[in-house]
Amino acid sequence: MLKRENIRIPVSQQALIVEKPIDTTTIGGTVTIQINEKKVSVPFGTTILDACKENQIHIPTLCHHPDLCIAGVCRICVVEVEGLRTLQTSCSFPVTSPIKIHTSTEKVRKARRHIIDLLLSEHYGECYSCFRNGNCELQSLAKEYGVDGYSFGHILEPKYKVDKSSAAVIRDMNKCILCKRCVRTCIDLQEVGVLEAINRGHETHVGTFLDKPLADVICINCGQCINRCPTAALRANDPSDEIWNAIDDPKKHVVIQTAPSPRAAIGEEFGIEPGHSFTGELNTALRRIGFDKVFDTNFTADLTIMEEGTELLRRLKKAVVEKDSSVKLPQFTSCSPGWIKFIEHFYPEYLDYLSSAKSPQQMFGAVIKTFYAKESKIDPADIITVALMPCAAKKFECNRPEMNSSGFKDVDYGLTTREMAKMIREAGIHLPEMPKSNFDEPFGNASGAGLIFGATGGVMEAALRTVYELVTGREVPFENLRIESCRGFEGIKQASIKLENCVESYNFLEGVELKFIVAHGTANAKKVMEMLQRGELSDVHFVEIMACPGGCLGGGGQPIPTSEEIRRKRAQAIYEEEEGLPVRKSHENVHIKYIYENFLTDGPCGELSHKLLHTHYTKRGKYIS
Amino acid sequence: METTLKTSKKRTGPVLFSNYQQADGIKKAIELGRENILLELKNSGLKGRGGAGFSTATKWMLSAAANAEKKFIVCNADEGEPGTFKDRVLLLEYPELVFDGMVIAGFTIGAKTGIVYLRGEYEYMLPSLEGFLNNMKEENLLGKNILEKEGFDFDINIRLGSGAYVCGEETALIESLEGYRGEPRNRPPFPVNTGYLGYPTIVNNVETLASIPHIIYKGGEWFKKNGTDKSKGSKLFSVSGDCRKPGVYELQWGTKINELLDIVEAKNCKAVQVGGASGVCLPKSQFNRSLAYEDAVTGGSIIIFDESRNMLKILKNFMEFFVEESCGQCTPCRVGNTKLLEGVENIEKGEYTFSYINKLKELGKTMQAASKCGLGQSSPNSFISILDNFKEEIFYSNRKGIKNVKA
Amino acid sequence: MLVVEKNNLSYEIERMIKEYGNDRQSLLQILQAIQKKYKHISDFAQQEIARLMNIHPVEVYSVISFYSFLSTEPKGRNIVRLCKTIACDMAGKDAVEIAVKRELGISFGETTNDQRISLEYTNCLGMCNEGPAMLINEKVYTHLDPEMAVNILNEIK
Repeated sequence: MLKRENIRIPVSQQALIVEKPIDTTTIGGTVTIQINEKKVSVPFGTTILDACKENQIHIPTLCHHPDLCIAGVCRICVVEVEGLRTLQTSCSFPVTSPIKIHTSTEKVRKARRHIIDLLLSEHYGECYSCFRNGNCELQSLAKEYGVDGYSFGHILEPKYKVDKSSAAVIRDMNKCILCKRCVRTCIDLQEVGVLEAINRGHETHVGTFLDKPLADVICINCGQCINRCPTAALRANDPSDEIWNAIDDPKKHVVIQTAPSPRAAIGEEFGIEPGHSFTGELNTALRRIGFDKVFDTNFTADLTIMEEGTELLRRLKKAVVEKDSSVKLPQFTSCSPGWIKFIEHFYPEYLDYLSSAKSPQQMFGAVIKTFYAKESKIDPADIITVALMPCAAKKFECNRPEMNSSGFKDVDYGLTTREMAKMIREAGIHLPEMPKSNFDEPFGNASGAGLIFGATGGVMEAALRTVYELVTGREVPFENLRIESCRGFEGIKQASIKLENCVESYNFLEGVELKFIVAHGTANAKKVMEMLQRGELSDVHFVEIMACPGGCLGGGGQPIPTSEEIRRKRAQAIYEEEEGLPVRKSHENVHIKYIYENFLTDGPCGELSHKLLHTHYTKRGKYIS
Repeated sequence: METTLKTSKKRTGPVLFSNYQQADGIKKAIELGRENILLELKNSGLKGRGGAGFSTATKWMLSAAANAEKKFIVCNADEGEPGTFKDRVLLLEYPELVFDGMVIAGFTIGAKTGIVYLRGEYEYMLPSLEGFLNNMKEENLLGKNILEKEGFDFDINIRLGSGAYVCGEETALIESLEGYRGEPRNRPPFPVNTGYLGYPTIVNNVETLASIPHIIYKGGEWFKKNGTDKSKGSKLFSVSGDCRKPGVYELQWGTKINELLDIVEAKNCKAVQVGGASGVCLPKSQFNRSLAYEDAVTGGSIIIFDESRNMLKILKNFMEFFVEESCGQCTPCRVGNTKLLEGVENIEKGEYTFSYINKLKELGKTMQAASKCGLGQSSPNSFISILDNFKEEIFYSNRKGIKNVKA
Repeated sequence: MLVVEKNNLSYEIERMIKEYGNDRQSLLQILQAIQKKYKHISDFAQQEIARLMNIHPVEVYSVISFYSFLSTEPKGRNIVRLCKTIACDMAGKDAVEIAVKRELGISFGETTNDQRISLEYTNCLGMCNEGPAMLINEKVYTHLDPEMAVNILNEIK
């Protein structure tokens, strides 16, 4: 769980955080309050909003978000508290005495209606020409409160230029309602610190340092702000039109790889409750849309495990056997492009600790335009590779100039779950109705180890399953291969596994306690890096970091809304699907064996792998010129 | 000319401007002890002089009762309300009252640090105030073991604002002190529990603090001899606008507006703005109202408009002020004020319907009820009161008939 | 900006942070000090402050943009702020405003070519009984008339 104490909260807000659930024995037990004539008992300190929710009374919210600290700025959640002259925001008002609350008086309804009117008056554009049409919190509220026309006018000219500079995130402040969820996401939840409120009064807007374009500041493209934006002010850079063009072009061979997390979440875009995977249905839908081949990113997740695991073992060998003090340990994972940009900006002096392995998306791009092109005798120049990712940062990653080791742009387009759903709808397909089908050869269905990459701790678990078995010749000693210490949403997880009775070639690791750390969300990544700076990680060997809370399943390209509850259900869907798979260890994936026997013949971390599957990083630093 | 700065006090009153010898209040406070200070204060009936009128004794008791390793006394000298300048006079001419008040507050609640949040516009006072504080240190009225009272430590720092009206709101002021944007906080919790850096903090207006030494030295009974039943003591009024003798006046609470107009020699007075831009504008017919918490309440600002003034222009000036000075975080205030200003501009252009005007007044009521802090809650006051009280002038008369169309 | 200037500025900021402390609550004081000395807080200065105080540059920018007296753009050696709130307005601010603009040949919000004066408006200066009033740097001038205002401006260096 992303604990409150793991989030840096402005001093001003700290006192407002009311932890839930509250230990009723320590602070005064329960309080009996009256909500609209109904007497209810709630734990001391519960907010009015939560008290109402528990009692099936719906209070509208906008600036409130379960992942973020309380702001109390939109004022839509106001209620009347007897004895108080002004209306009170239910999201910020803790119940500490037996108050009487009225949630739907004329004063309250009028105030809410006014607030919606005011927001709409400054909200540029019309709903029908907006991509959030149907999934916009402001629109829902307008509907709920029967808004019919603009009471206080409507802005006719855009006030701000749309910032399209970033490969990943587009900001249109004309749609912004200043709920500041993005600000709290960026500064408090992710600790990246790109967005803040700028100016004051009527000139207030959310901006970057010196109002520079997003591409010029230290944005890591995690897209978490997009997931929490109630309106269309933030969106991912959508390449779907270009993809349609490629599909429509008979000369192009368009292949798509799909990452594990979108499959576990895309159902939400079609009205399905979170927690259901649509892997097979998605494969069918993608073929019907016109993709020539549908591949499983898990294949290159397995490949990543082979490469990254081998790299780790080599580093360990150098450190333990050769006593090479220049070896950087712990090795950090490199799958998450948000994390990569984070470390490039904030800890550029530690880039050597990163695994040089490319992310699964980029490995796949390189493999498709080399191995696959060769095997299927297609000119790689005619291949368009699309990656369905839960991620906004993948759009930036595929556009990195160094990502062309195949001789072509390895991955042409990164597509988010949301954009994919839009394409599917556009094609007239209702995903849940699709029959199931398998992935295409020559990569086939990958291992479960690749699948669990979608959840925080998944890469670590997959790596341990392979590394442990390579070193000891035995399966990891856990029931049903579940390495529980890697699972769950705790911000930073630390554990270890002892290597005993090693096979001969790994004798040097005999008795070593393999220590690892798993962290998700860059706020936690920052903590881990600070531990590294203080020298506290000297006995740790491997660190998995994912930029997004919950890992990829909580990525910036995933369906909106998000909350810990939703992320938990997505994780559950991934783990359930995984247990049903026949192959659950990367090194047992037959297609992996095939590619090492027939293409990457120097083996993991060999010369060709190094060229195609590994990369280098850029010391970006924080200074903005 | 560079102002002489000591010309604004117009009338020496019975309470604040009465004689006071520095340190008398502090000595008496030590003598009385904490409980008795709070009792005197309670007895005096002193209410916050910034405008909100919260009981000072209650505020002090709450923070005295709070259990914390540190506590703070903050003097709110971010006097930004248009038409208010009494704090300037107090700080320049009676700093001993303000500072003694802070020392007594520190003694009472057990705070060791006092902070004066002085608005940036008053930076020119800094040398004299700091000199004064240094003298107090030399005389052991600040520092360790004040007046040889064991464990009575208190120091005062002055911190400057940087040009933001909203920082006069106590929680915005605290945010500003903490190095953030001056955006008001959600309440509860209140500063008395969770204030500066999360510690219990008393934020009192300059004038409130200046009343303390008198009350402690001369007693609550003495203090409440002045004023009305619900408004005890006297009040400093900053009078500006169309009158012959603008300046700061100490008058009893309960003084009628008419009486005040006579005192300041206002002629042909059409309207009086009571409480600054965030106050209400009263027409002649209401000049018999009294200045008191229970009637026409004000933090001290009285702006007088004579017959030549154009009320709509005055309103426009006020609304422009709020559009700029709103902190911009909450919807009703940020957007609401621009809508009210837009309304004024539309009236100016003659582009309005009465249903539109009524809608704006309704919006004003929502702003009063739903804004996060006092700024947004009071910014529609002028709008509503001017449009209600001067509708003949604004809507029915040929505006050319007004002699001087300057605001 | 020259490297030497940058180094000097960094040194200056470091010194100030030593003086005021690197806690967040010192931020405004440091910004005020830089503003006073350099008449603005440059992007480099903002980032140096952010680095030394361990906060994000955008937070520094956000705070600066909130307060009227802090600025990210270079200003003239003297900042003249004319009060435009009601009492000064009633007392003849318009005439002073026109005279000052005409004399300096710039509008409010602008700086003279010789970097001598920046003209700005300000809200209530608390000189309502002595209006029109203006602030030149931290000094306050009251009871202005157009001629007097212009003479005062012509005297400042």
